[in-house]
Amino acid sequence: MRELASRLKHVLLSTRRMHFAFTEEQEELRKSARRLLETASPTKEVRAAMATPRGYDEALWRRIGEELGFTSLVIPEAYGGAGLGFVELAAVMEEMGRALACAPFFSTVCLATSAIVTGGTEEQKRDLLPGIAAGRTTATLAFAPPSGRWDAPGSDAVFLPCADGFELSGKTSFVIDGHTAALVIVAARSSADAGRTSLFVVPAETAGLVRRALPTMDMTRKQAELTLTNVRVPTAALLGVADGDRTLARVLDLAKVALAAEQVGGAERCLDMSVDYAKTRVQFGRPIGSFQAIKHKLADMFVEVESARSASYYAAWTAAHDEAELPAAAALAKAYCSDVYFRVAAECIQIHGGVGFTWEHDAHLFFKRAKSSETLFGDAAFHRAIVARQMGL
Amino acid sequence: MDLRFSPEEEAFRAEVRAFLGDRLKREFPELVGRGGPGDEHELFERRVAWERMLGQAGWACIGWPKAYGGRGASLSEQVIFYEEYARARAPGRIGHIGEGLLGPTLIAFGTEQQRRRFLPPIVRCEELWCQGYSEPNAGSDLANVQTRAELVHDEWVITGQKIWTSLAQRADWCFALCRTDVSAPKHKGLSYLLVPMRQAGIEVRPISQMNGGSEFSEVFFDGAKTSAENVVGGINGGWRVAMGTLAFERGASTLGQQFGFENELQQIIAVAKANGAAQDPILRDRLARARIGLTVMRLNALRTLSLMQDGELRREAMIAKIYWASWHRELGKLAMDVLGAASEIGESEPYGLTALQRLFLFSRADTIYAGSNQIQRNIIAERALGLPSEPRSGKGST
Repeated sequence: MRELASRLKHVLLSTRRMHFAFTEEQEELRKSARRLLETASPTKEVRAAMATPRGYDEALWRRIGEELGFTSLVIPEAYGGAGLGFVELAAVMEEMGRALACAPFFSTVCLATSAIVTGGTEEQKRDLLPGIAAGRTTATLAFAPPSGRWDAPGSDAVFLPCADGFELSGKTSFVIDGHTAALVIVAARSSADAGRTSLFVVPAETAGLVRRALPTMDMTRKQAELTLTNVRVPTAALLGVADGDRTLARVLDLAKVALAAEQVGGAERCLDMSVDYAKTRVQFGRPIGSFQAIKHKLADMFVEVESARSASYYAAWTAAHDEAELPAAAALAKAYCSDVYFRVAAECIQIHGGVGFTWEHDAHLFFKRAKSSETLFGDAAFHRAIVARQMGL
Repeated sequence: MDLRFSPEEEAFRAEVRAFLGDRLKREFPELVGRGGPGDEHELFERRVAWERMLGQAGWACIGWPKAYGGRGASLSEQVIFYEEYARARAPGRIGHIGEGLLGPTLIAFGTEQQRRRFLPPIVRCEELWCQGYSEPNAGSDLANVQTRAELVHDEWVITGQKIWTSLAQRADWCFALCRTDVSAPKHKGLSYLLVPMRQAGIEVRPISQMNGGSEFSEVFFDGAKTSAENVVGGINGGWRVAMGTLAFERGASTLGQQFGFENELQQIIAVAKANGAAQDPILRDRLARARIGLTVMRLNALRTLSLMQDGELRREAMIAKIYWASWHRELGKLAMDVLGAASEIGESEPYGLTALQRLFLFSRADTIYAGSNQIQRNIIAERALGLPSEPRSGKGST
């Protein structure tokens, strides 16, 4: 990882022309992720992991983190990271989505790490990031209210200053990997300051924090509900001093960018499965892929997957290079890739016919992930409404 | 990956912007925003003058090699030029069939003599071209072309009919796919001929379209002639050349058109803000969808061009035609829905339509010409995804 990272940085500095595609080194990173996940996380392993209460296999997690260093990707070198950017993260996330990898990668790297890097103080970064980079610490972000409304960001949790720190109470839900994460970054509203949000770093074992695993329809991505009852944290638990609402908004935009890449990877896998099936399944004496009814569906899926890839790469590049344009790019990519993944995963079932409806076939795993990631952080229509506002409508 | 243009490319952009802005303002103010599909024949002589000016100033056919009057511009520079051309609302091109289709075809498949004879007059806008492909019984099944060409002494003698020929009334030359060997399998008996349009053996009959205009024509060949050397890619080697031209038609040459869509979207957004349609949640959603769709179209184009610069024409390039055509057709409908009741009312009698009405009607052709959406899906399925081909019947089926 270190050697690849230094080569990547060299290339990033030396090229300077419009080139909207992965470099050779970025492509190599993507391939290394695919090699790992193809061998260590075939759907047989995904099924085994998703049936466990924890939801992932520790051995796979060690390979992702300790062995290959993917947990260190976007963490600056000063804190033990590889110091790479969101384009590289998108390359890895595409493969995570393709493999439906069960691991606390999205929660730890795409939510909690972003929150600490964006909002943390120097001391918090030095304290928290090396453990994440090394793959030792898992973490997540708890910010959604139990209502499930994404248009009211900020949990129902409130905080009050108290002696030596803060006291947090209330509920927050839909917390990705919330039942297993070692660290939870909790968004809570000020009970005094007009409801403004602050973020707090809360270790999982803190007294008063009760975590309840929720039974999820998409079994490959676990969620939990967190109840906080007079949870006391020290002053140093307040993440940074900056405006928590702004930090949260940026963290969610970055998370949407990462999620869009994951959606592209999943959608591409559904397309590949469907194409393979259409070439081999024979009816009326011909492969069904020779019928226009099937091949036109597959052609539309290809157009959509490639277009979603363009949207995802644009968002990833923007996340790395253009802070001002990030909210627009994140909304665009989340809207576009959510729709595409769902449609392609749905067509995958349709093309497979009856077998696509069975538990044994993998199609439903992707279909359920497509739905859960479409819903997460707000669906396509929600994000098109954001785009409409950005257009001045 | 880098989405930014380099300082050199940005300097090029500034040069293009200054040039186009200055010439439009000083010499051709009446042409701003004119021409293009549905408005193809308007202000024609002035647009010829505009294109001659472009050629003289070195801003026509910029992607061609310098030896043939081009500029040798890189793909990035061509993207920038097209973007600036659209931003300036410079007039729709009339030499685009020569510039975008025949020129690249001759550069790829022509003889040196053919390139020297035909390319410079395209740059100077002295010779306009039209495309003679489709026939009444050769639409999607293009290889079924029946127009005959026979070599008599040192001339080809051509008899038959072409249809849906854009700008045929204005063109000086036609590149026509003709059957030159009736006994060969159907893809193998075709030749790609360059035929002068202004001769006794050719009759052009305009076709009235649903928008009231007639960009398309029928072209009748009755003993029309062209000299023996005007065959591209060899006798009976026309199919490969015709497919090459179609790849250009569906590929980079549509970039200019795509960038022009931005102006149409802006116009529709302005209407929505002015008439209150922007308050309607469903129209807001569709406008946002259109915005996102156009951004993704540009990103697709940039990604394809980047992959082409890496030396590969990859399967990603195959999505361009169906994508832009479908997006644009939906934009035409959105324009009417945003206008509401006002969408019915034209500009003048008799049947003088507004620009958005022309967009609405003409965009129905987008998903038909240059390979219909159905044909595009077949191409993507078979060539990009490797699915089994359609069962084909008829002589020489492949």
